[in-house]
Amino acid sequence: MSADQILDHILSVDHLSMRFGGIVAVNDLSFGAERRKITALIGPNGAGKTTVFNCITGFYKPTSGSMRLAHDDGHNIQLERLNDFRISKQAKVARTFQNIRLFPGMTALENLMVAQHNALMRASGLTLLGLIGAPSWRVAEKAAIDLARTWLERIDLLDRADDAAGNLPYGDQRRLEIARAMCTEPALLCLDEPAAGLNARESASLSELLLSIRANQGTSILLIEHDMSVVMEISDHVVVMDYGVKIAEGTPQHVRDDPRVIAAYLGADEEEAIAVMESGT
Amino acid sequence: MDYFAQQLINGLVLGSIYGLIAIGYTMVYGIVGMINFAHGDIFMIGGFIALITFLILVSFGLTAIPLILLVVLLVSMAITALYGWTVERIAYRPLRHSFRLAPMLSAIGMSFVLTNYSQVAQGARVKPVPPIITGGYTLHEGSGGFVVQLSNIQIIVVITTVVLLALFTWLVSSTRLGRDMRACEQDQTMASLLGVDVDRTISMTFVIGAALAAVAGMMYLLYYGLVDFFMGFVAGIKAFTAAVLGGIGSLPGAMLGGLLIGLIETLWSAYFSVEYKDVAAFSILIVVLIFLPTGLLGRPEVEKV
Repeated sequence: MSADQILDHILSVDHLSMRFGGIVAVNDLSFGAERRKITALIGPNGAGKTTVFNCITGFYKPTSGSMRLAHDDGHNIQLERLNDFRISKQAKVARTFQNIRLFPGMTALENLMVAQHNALMRASGLTLLGLIGAPSWRVAEKAAIDLARTWLERIDLLDRADDAAGNLPYGDQRRLEIARAMCTEPALLCLDEPAAGLNARESASLSELLLSIRANQGTSILLIEHDMSVVMEISDHVVVMDYGVKIAEGTPQHVRDDPRVIAAYLGADEEEAIAVMESGT
Repeated sequence: MDYFAQQLINGLVLGSIYGLIAIGYTMVYGIVGMINFAHGDIFMIGGFIALITFLILVSFGLTAIPLILLVVLLVSMAITALYGWTVERIAYRPLRHSFRLAPMLSAIGMSFVLTNYSQVAQGARVKPVPPIITGGYTLHEGSGGFVVQLSNIQIIVVITTVVLLALFTWLVSSTRLGRDMRACEQDQTMASLLGVDVDRTISMTFVIGAALAAVAGMMYLLYYGLVDFFMGFVAGIKAFTAAVLGGIGSLPGAMLGGLLIGLIETLWSAYFSVEYKDVAAFSILIVVLIFLPTGLLGRPEVEKV
């Protein structure tokens, strides 16, 4: 019996490989992300973490392997068959990037409104009901604005709702991106280095936000992160990659003490790292 | 003074027509970053469809002018929008991820296709229509016998433009579709990850641009009383100039640029020579681009590191 069947995995990545010409970016990678838990994907630069994200969100078509998303209602989706807007619409997967990709010329509120496209599209009956201002559309639009304002309040940006997103401070932009991703009402939220470039106080408030999302929305989170304080504090499960393969996984504590992980991060040989650790204890 | 006032009125009317076409250029450039060289021909198609619809309605014995105009407006907007959608679907979408120049070359090809298609289908001769809207107001009668006139058709052109512009500004700034369009303009990848169907949004942009060009085509038909298969070329280039002058990508800029080109052209024809009116319009463009490379209302492109 595989681990898959014991644990409730929302995302099961199975023997995923991604080659670019002769380069193997991801090699036979299998892991799962548990439902309503925070899973961190860590590893040194160039380990292939972002490539995994790009496969999950339809940017790359994997060379082989599969990625299954199991929704709460028991309905399964093979992610490698979807792309573009269908990732958000059908699979309900949202993601952020390493660099900030807000719509800088639109206001904070508008950024969150765009993210509710799917809900509004259903309500507007392919634009027509919206154009004639049907009551059902107005209700939906009001609900969308309310949801956007709720999120702005949660990230303390309500007073800057009408400011252009590009003019907000860096840390606020990071949190606004997460709020925007959450406005798509995702089942799985993929965050690529959300703490990059944040100071200690901002990272702490980010951790708090992610924990509150897990607690209140019950969204499953998959996270790539280099900031170990964030990873150790909030992750339920950590998957470590190096050179495209999984080298360890387990609880944060377990992973932190794994010699292979230390070797990967320090760039030392495995034997050397084991020797270092044994001599220390 | 009277003469100047009259030219000002004429210039504004011509500028309104250019502005309506220029919006189509600027919108498409904003969202897909290409110059849709076939847009001028879409304007010409709009003019022809307006003419054909008008003749059909008249042959059915309709005589109520306002009703005819309304039907002609709606029919030409709808059919021209369909042309705009088709052009995007067959000539631009397959090349979306190709190299940057490919859709532009395809656009130039599409422009030839539409011009020649109209020539074959409708003949090469200029198609005149009798004046449909007549009458007007005399604003001022000068001592020298010169009369400043504002004709009804001029009033209709300007009012239609203002109404459409208001409607359009509202659409872009406060509707779901407008938000999606602006989001696609800024980051298509991100927009699609948030669930926006980018292809559909781009199609809608072409549809709206073509519908506005159809209105311009109909106004041109009413104002000048003629259409021909080649009119899209010069009008298209002028409107493109207007869009660049106002700052390509900027909607108010397109309208402002249209009005300026219309005014320059009319005033130059009135005081200097009609033959060189195009030279005057394009010279102003060159001067503006030397000193303001992003146009009058364009935002300077800031590269973020």
